[in-house]
This record gives sequence, structure tokens and C-alpha cells, in this order.
Amino acid sequence: MRTNLLKRLTAALAMGVFALGIGGGVAVAKTDLLVYTSIEADELAKFKNAFEKDYPDINIKWVRDSTGIMGAKLLAEKDNPRADIVYGMAATVLLQLIPYNYFQAYAPKGVEKLNPLYVDPKNNPPLWVGQRAYVAAVCYNTIEGKKANLPIPKTWKDLTKPVYKGHVIMPNPGSSGTAYLDVSSWIQMWGEEGAFKFMDALHKNISRYTHSGSKPCKLAAAGEIPIGVSFAYRVVKSKAAGAPLVLITPEEGLGWEVEAMAIVRNTKNLAAARALADWTISRKSMELHAPGYAEVALPGIPNPVKDFPDVGGKMIKNDFAWAGANKARIVKKWTARYDAKSEPRKKK
Amino acid sequence: MTDGPQAVVIEAPLVKPKVGRENWVMRAGLAVIGVYLLVAVVFPLYTILSKSFQDSRGLFVGLDNYAEYFATPALFYSINNSLTVSVISMVITVGLAFGYAYGLTRSCIPGKGVFKAIALIPILAPSLLPAISLRYLFGAQGMIKGLLMGETIYGPIGIVIGEVFWTFPHALLIIFTALSLSDARLYEAAEALGASKLRTFFTVTLPGAKYGLISACFVVFTLVITDFGVPKVIGGGYNVLAVDIYKQVVGQRNFQMGAVVGLVLLAPALLAFVADRMIQGKQVALLSARAVPYEPKPDRRFDLAMLAFCGTVAFVIIGILAVAQFAALVKFWPYNLSLVLDSYQFDLMDGGSWGAFWNSLKMAAWTAVIGTAVIFTGAYLVEKSKGFEHGRGLIQLMCMIPLAVPGIVLGLAYIFFFNAVGNPLGFIYHTLIILVLCTITHFYTVSHLTAATALKQMDAEFEAVSSSLKVPFYKTFVRVTVPVCIPAILDISIYLFVNAMTTVSAVIFLYSADTQLASVAVLNMDDAGDTAPAAAMGMMIVYTSATVRLLHFLLTRGIARRTQAWRKR
Repeated sequence: MRTNLLKRLTAALAMGVFALGIGGGVAVAKTDLLVYTSIEADELAKFKNAFEKDYPDINIKWVRDSTGIMGAKLLAEKDNPRADIVYGMAATVLLQLIPYNYFQAYAPKGVEKLNPLYVDPKNNPPLWVGQRAYVAAVCYNTIEGKKANLPIPKTWKDLTKPVYKGHVIMPNPGSSGTAYLDVSSWIQMWGEEGAFKFMDALHKNISRYTHSGSKPCKLAAAGEIPIGVSFAYRVVKSKAAGAPLVLITPEEGLGWEVEAMAIVRNTKNLAAARALADWTISRKSMELHAPGYAEVALPGIPNPVKDFPDVGGKMIKNDFAWAGANKARIVKKWTARYDAKSEPRKKK
Repeated sequence: MTDGPQAVVIEAPLVKPKVGRENWVMRAGLAVIGVYLLVAVVFPLYTILSKSFQDSRGLFVGLDNYAEYFATPALFYSINNSLTVSVISMVITVGLAFGYAYGLTRSCIPGKGVFKAIALIPILAPSLLPAISLRYLFGAQGMIKGLLMGETIYGPIGIVIGEVFWTFPHALLIIFTALSLSDARLYEAAEALGASKLRTFFTVTLPGAKYGLISACFVVFTLVITDFGVPKVIGGGYNVLAVDIYKQVVGQRNFQMGAVVGLVLLAPALLAFVADRMIQGKQVALLSARAVPYEPKPDRRFDLAMLAFCGTVAFVIIGILAVAQFAALVKFWPYNLSLVLDSYQFDLMDGGSWGAFWNSLKMAAWTAVIGTAVIFTGAYLVEKSKGFEHGRGLIQLMCMIPLAVPGIVLGLAYIFFFNAVGNPLGFIYHTLIILVLCTITHFYTVSHLTAATALKQMDAEFEAVSSSLKVPFYKTFVRVTVPVCIPAILDISIYLFVNAMTTVSAVIFLYSADTQLASVAVLNMDDAGDTAPAAAMGMMIVYTSATVRLLHFLLTRGIARRTQAWRKR
């Protein structure tokens, strides 16, 4: 407890120094802000440059890796957290860390303007604030699809038709958060029994399960498979690079995940961390968040990507608490059904 | 390295070294190495493996996790699959490496230096490169997928090809060392007694290389069974134990179950240790003080056959790398095959920059320098000191453990231990130092085995003689042992350097904002969908390591000449 108090005092002192620096116009040394993130790597420079232009005294230092690696690293550091702020991280990961008293509450300036779905409903001020959402999506390679005479699927259930046998790849929910997003959304839409019946049929068509959530559409982009189940941002990016892909958002509904931020409990750079949180939900920053994503936390900002489907209406009412609480059980059931028979499938 | 071997087995009389100051120096050295290994290996691993007896809140639950794990039906497939690919890869790799090393040491083929350099290329390459190559060669759009006759590369076939490619240099390094040190007098004796070539092979060559061969088998088997990189990217739905750890730790953030699998994977290493102790008892020094180096004589048919064999292996290795280089230049595989240089603008790329590249160089250099010093000295003390049996045995066990620890487990272990509140070494967390320490540990075992193999073949007579001349052991170490072992020492340092350039699985948890590494950048670029830049950065690593290797060779040739002159008649 004493160290806690000490940390708070230091933080307050740091804040004071920071405020003085601004108020007096005195040049202070730049604050290094250590930010743990899983935002796609190509977006990091965009955010850093824009933020540091508005806050020249703060220097963002990213530690970026995939959600799985960063989640494991965060959890392993739980007794002695190192990051100042966790940023653009899947909300399910943050929810798993909250019981360890990982974060401190803060209401960034303008939080009341955000879509309430994006703000921690359990705590006020909130422990976490969402930045944007990404949705599950299906990608279809037009060249390989035509070669194999495959119609473009429109719904999830389409994917279970015999014509797609061996032509679909999806990630393994045991290894990939994206895959669990799909599985939990199917269960929330159709009930557990209906969803597993669907997956039984889908399993017959799956060529193989990958360990990375972004891999299926990367493989589709490279012509390894006609159809991949992944998320939308990847498809948008591969298309821009020249991949013959079509982005499909199945009609029944889409699972989605919030990318959120949370300030770490023992940060020594509280003022800078709060500044980043404030800046992030400003209109300017929200516009930077929009391209390729289903929705950002601040309502009324359109997606600038051409022919990005309007997915707002398709996003299911996602119960993150339920999804988190049931993950271990569902993954176990999934693994027993579809992962146990690990003998490689012969090519058809 | 050496072109000629030497050997002969004449029992050297064991002279009990002087007890006293010298003995204490030796014991102090052993103690230092012991403490080092405790801090770098045992304590960190304890922090994570003990979690296998805890629940997610850290409460002791006995064997509950094990009961749960062993009740999973998928487990038996994983164990079975792991054993299958590990044994197949082991047989193929050790067979190929033995043939290759045999060609390099026992025949008169031209270009031995080039062949040896090519054989070590696979460890210069980040594991993603062969994965990309295999996809471009055998995937759905593959250039030569017909060779698989309808089988898919995404399964055991892909795993075995990838693992053989990756473990070949490891096996070669050990077997080559074993074959290099043999005594010409044995061969002369065999010839004089009229033994056929085949008989000589089975009675002289094989027994002489036995220790190296067995070490190589264990190393390859253990490397394959603990590797998750290859099965993860090319294994499809073929589950193996190491991927189970990945799923538990990274996919589900369940450290307890990850620790259970991690402990299960320690079993092969313990077996290796026990077997090693048993064989060691029977091993006799091959390089007696009176040894004469072996030099192969030309034999046209045999040399041509060996040339064909080594040439084929070298061609496959280069071919796989060439495909990766091609991947770095293609604009958009497989739909736009025009060649461009865009991929080399790393500073514009996602996830990596030239900064990461320099960090990697720095990290690799420190790993090579510090690692070689620690590991060789450690191996010397373990092999050559007298008395203190239990302590030496324990230290040797600690040297064997790192091989059996999957990178993920090691990386997390380092977080748990060095980031713990109150650890006086906590200051190294998030610095380059922890990356160096972790990388030395990660590659400790193979380096230790290489050093031990070289040292075992040196007759104890050297120590005995110096001891009787009242020369302290550390002088013998500096003046005799190190110079004689220079080839092995140089091999160890370059092995550490190139592995540090490419390692990912452990350091991915430990790098920070200022210590990003090129190898991790390669992975992240591929993760962001940029296969070509990933291949480009990967090939940069290959070229760098190759250049360093070449410089290393040129700079040390002088040293090697001076110290190895005795090997020539």
C-alpha cells in the first residue's frame, strides 16, 4: 500500500511538473510514453505523428505485436506492469486483465459523446474506453473462385454447401482471438446447439484451420485457397495491394470486437497517458481510426474506404462478458470436435 | 576448419592433480558457472513450470492440471504426431549430415570450404524464409507442387522438410567436429591389417564419431519436438506438442496448461542427459597426445560419389534460399510476377526499420562474444576438472535443459523471473542485456555439446603432463586447450551470432520500444500481409550473417593457421 501511495505521489508530482512546463512555457525534456499495442503495424506511424504534432512534449514509444503475444506479455507482467498505457488492444484481453487490478480509471475528455457500447459499462469513470470495432468477414478470391466454379457466398450458411468442400480456410479458436469471435457470434445468433450444428457442416468444407486470425485472407490473397474467414481490415489492405479479393459480410450477422485503451495502474507518466487518451477520442483522431474498420467509437464518422460495405446494421448484439466467461468451455468443446482428429486430410 | 583428423586410443594415466590453491580456483570457476546457470536457466524456468501446479489465481492445486491435460483426447494425437515427425526428421537429418560431414572430412572433393559454408546457410535464415519458400514451391500455386503427387505440403510432409532444412546445420556442426578429430594411425593400422574400406568404416570411423552422432540425434530430436515455428506456419491441422503450448499460452493465455506441456517436453532432454552420462563413461579420448592427423587420399570413384551427394544437398539448400530471394522481389505473388525492388524500403514498411536491423546486429555480436566465453569455459570446467562429481553432474544437467525448453516458455519464464517485484536483476528487463542473456541460454546446449565434443577428444594427458610440470591448469587452458580447440570455439561463436540474428520465439516477449529486432520485424511484416518485404528483410539477415561469417573466416584464418599447424604432417 505504501508503494502505491508513493507511486501516486510521484505521478502527481510528474503531473505537476508537466503542468508547470506547459504553463510557464519552459522547455521540458520530452516524456517517453511506453505504449503496448496490437494495432496493425502500418498504422503506428500515422497515429504517432498526428499525436506528437499536437503534443510535442510527448514521445510515443510503441511495443507492438499480435494480440496473442501482447496479451500473454501483459498477463505475464501483471505483478509489475511496465507499460504506461495499453492501446488498440482487443477488449476481451483487457477484460481478462481487469481482475488483476491492472488499470486505473479515467474518463477522457469527451467520453460522453462516444457510443456507449464503446465505454466500460461496469465502472464510472471507466477503466477502459473503446476506439473502434472490427468485424468478422469472409474474403473470396475471384480468380481461384472462378477456376473452381464457386459462386460467391452471401451468408454464413452458404459456406456449408457441398460445392465449397475443401475450399474454405478459417482460423482455429484455440489459437486465434478472431476465430473465437466468429464462433461466439454464431453461438449468440443461433444458440449453442444451432451453432455447433452449423460448425459440424462447415467443418466438412474446411481445408484446414490456421493459427493466426489474419492468415486465412492472406492465403486467399495469395491464391492458396478461394475462400477465407477473417476480418475486414485485412481484406481491404490486401485488395489495395492488388489481390483479386471480394469482401463479403454475411447477411445473418457479424461478430465484432472492440479495440480499446486502458491506462496502467502504476504508470509514472500519468499526464502523458491521459493526454493520449483524450486525444484518441477527439474527432480528428477518430477520423484517422476509421479507414477499413467497421465503426469508430465517436458516432457520425463515415468509413472513407471506397466500397466498404455498410456493416453497422449487421453487427450482432455482442455480449463480451458472456463471451469471455465461456471461452475456456467453448474452446474445449470446439477442440474436442474439430481439432482432435489431427490426421492431415488427403486432398480431395 | 580442420581438414585432418587425428586420434588414437591409448589410455592416459590419470594423474591426480595437486590439491590446493589450483583446485580452489577450479572449484570457484565451477561455482561461478553454476550460479550463472541457476540465474539464467533454473530460476526463470522454475517461475513458469511451477505454474503447472497452480490455478489461474496462483493457488496450489497439485496435479489437477496434469489430470485435466492427460484426459484430453487430442493429447495423444499430439504426442504421437510429435514423436512421428521428430523421429523421421532426426533420421533424415542425421543421415544427411553424416554423409555430408563424411564427404568433407574423408574424401578429396574440391571446394570443401564452400560446401561447409553452404551447409550452415539454413541457420542464417529466419524460419519464416523456408516457410515462404515451401509455399511458393509446393503450395496451391506452387512451382513444383507436382512432386508431392497430390499430397498437401500443409501437414507432416511440410513439417519434416522444414525441420530437416533447419536442423541440418546443427547436426552437421556436431558430427563434423566428431569426424574431424580422428587419428590417422588407426586408419593406417586398419589398412596394414588388410581391413576393407567398409570394415574400416564400421570399426574405426563410426566408433570414433559415436559420441558426436548420438549427440546429434538427441539435438535434432529435441529441437524438432520443441519447435513450434515450422508446424505453426506449415503444419496445417497436424497438431504437435509445441503447438499445443502456443495454443494454450498465446491463443488462450492459459499459462498453467502451457506449463504442463512445457514440463512434458522436458522429458526428452532428461532422457538425453541420462543417455549422455551412460555413453560418456565409455567414451575415451580420441585425440591422444601422440595422435597423428588423418588426411584423406584421393580415390576417384569415391570422391565423385561424395561430390555428387554433397552437391545435391548444397543445391537443395541454395534452391530454397533462392526461392525466398525471388519472393522478396516479386511484386504480387502469384498474380503479378514482375520483379521490383520496392520491398527493400524498410523504413516505409510496417513493423520494421533499419533500426531493428542494427539492434539485431548489436545483440548478435554481444551474444557471440559473451556466450562463447561463458559456454566454452563452462564446458572446460565440467569436462576437465577433477573431483566435485555431483556438482559437475548438476552443471551438466543444467547445460542440457535449455535445448528442451520451447522458446515461448523461455521468453515467458524470463518475464516472470526478471520482472518480479524485488528481483535485484530487474534493471536488465526491457534492455538489450536481457535479450543477450536469453539468447545465450536459448542456444546454450548445442554450443556446450560442440565444446564438450571437442574437449572430450583431447587426451587428459595434456592436463596430466602440465600438472606434473607444475603448470597451473588455467595456463594449460589458455596455452593448450583454447588453441587446440580454436576451430570449435570459432564455430560456437558464429553459431551463436547467426542464431541471435534469426531467433524469434523467446525474444518476442522481451523486446521493448528501443530494442526491436529484425527477426521479429520479419514476422510482423509477414503478419501484416507483406510477404515480399518480410522475405526481403529475411534475406538481409541471411546476407549479413553470411558476410559476418566470411569476415570472421578471413580474420581468423591467420589464428587458425598458427594454432592448427600441428594438425598437418
